[in-house]
Amino acid sequence: MHPENSVAGGALPHPSDGYTIPHTHGPEEVPHTHPDPGVDPHEPLTTGPRALRVGIGGPVGSGKTALVAALCRALGDELRLAVVTNDIYTTEDADFLLRNGVLPADRVRAVETGCCPHTAIRDDISANLDAVEDLEASLGPLDLVLVESGGDNLTATFSKGLIDQQIFVVDVAGGDKVPRKGGPGVTTADLLVINKTDLAPMVGADLSVMDHDAKARRGDLPTVFLSLVEDRNATPVADWIRTLVATRVPAA
Amino acid sequence: MSGMSLATLLVLADGRLPSGGHAHSGGLEAQVSAGRVRDLDAVADFLRGKLATSGLVSAAFAAAACAHPSEWAALDQGLDSRTPSPALRKASRAQGRALLRAARAMWTMPLTGRDLHQPVALGVVAAAAGLGPAAAAVAAAHGTTSGAASAAVRLLGLDPYAVHGLLARLAPECDRIAADAAARADDPVDDLPAAGAPLLDIGAELHATWEVRLFAS
Repeated sequence: MHPENSVAGGALPHPSDGYTIPHTHGPEEVPHTHPDPGVDPHEPLTTGPRALRVGIGGPVGSGKTALVAALCRALGDELRLAVVTNDIYTTEDADFLLRNGVLPADRVRAVETGCCPHTAIRDDISANLDAVEDLEASLGPLDLVLVESGGDNLTATFSKGLIDQQIFVVDVAGGDKVPRKGGPGVTTADLLVINKTDLAPMVGADLSVMDHDAKARRGDLPTVFLSLVEDRNATPVADWIRTLVATRVPAA
Repeated sequence: MSGMSLATLLVLADGRLPSGGHAHSGGLEAQVSAGRVRDLDAVADFLRGKLATSGLVSAAFAAAACAHPSEWAALDQGLDSRTPSPALRKASRAQGRALLRAARAMWTMPLTGRDLHQPVALGVVAAAAGLGPAAAAVAAAHGTTSGAASAAVRLLGLDPYAVHGLLARLAPECDRIAADAAARADDPVDDLPAAGAPLLDIGAELHATWEVRLFAS
């Protein structure tokens, strides 16, 4: 027995002074342990009152759904996450996610946008807010909700009332002049993803031109190049989200 | 309507109010798909029929809820029993919830259920905004036609000027129905209008089973 643990007279031992090792206080007492008072036995609370909400927008066919699937694959085991999609969502899409072990169907909600995808993420966000709240109500607290917009044009952005941070996805096959065109998506998104870099040689897209134009348009805002064929877990985007979740300041 | 703010009524009835309406076609998507509505004339008939049935009921419940906002629970139940289609109940409650969400940021709202039927929510919101039952009824009747008209432009590619010409011609009918509805704002819940539109109910139930919908209802 550790001599320091034979505390006489009920003096309180200092936390972590062998407090958790079996010990007795007097001659008649049964050896026992205490939980380490320096260790909080409770599960950590979520950071803030609700999940981090990340919007994913961009033109039709740029790879938003594939990026969502990759992020679910990369982050699904470490974060409690759910997805709201504003795209036309079929049972085939749901089966695809389920079959690939990406996300169970109860973690995906589809929102109808009445043929106006940008309205649903910017001007009237009520259906999306309802979907996020319903997911949190049915699944319990979440760390991350991805809100995927329907495919739209370069002017579509998310309302700050709906999301905390937004990713804009363009692809090299859409033409290497897209970053130069700018528009609110390219210019103001918190992260610009230039997707399908594996196709660049085939469509004659110059990645250095895209990089240069993106920097000119976006200043200090980050841009990443991605090929989901080569990186099935969308590593640079998943890392960006991990940093956001880790550094999130809890609400007072 | 003396003493009330016309500008406040315009704010409440504005199609750009973020209250979820843009995602609903008022039953039109189902009728377009069934081939019953293909052109402007058919949209006109659809809107007239909708105004005379669900429009009248909506206006009456909005007016009654505005006159007696504390009766929201009984009115909500009364409207539930006038809405046989579960899909339409769901659509109405989703829009009521969205309207209440918007209204909480605009006026001082009393405590109510979270997802009231849209017309009941509209009446409670109108009262909180300082509007009277007649104004609430006009907003309800106008909303019945304008939401579906906007969906018609998007679903059928109709000329938006022609569709707004139609809305202008329907405006006197909206006023008449709203006045009838407002005159009964103090009636017992069971005596309020109960006009039904079976094809809207059937269409809504079929619509809810589709795999891909552009509108929520």
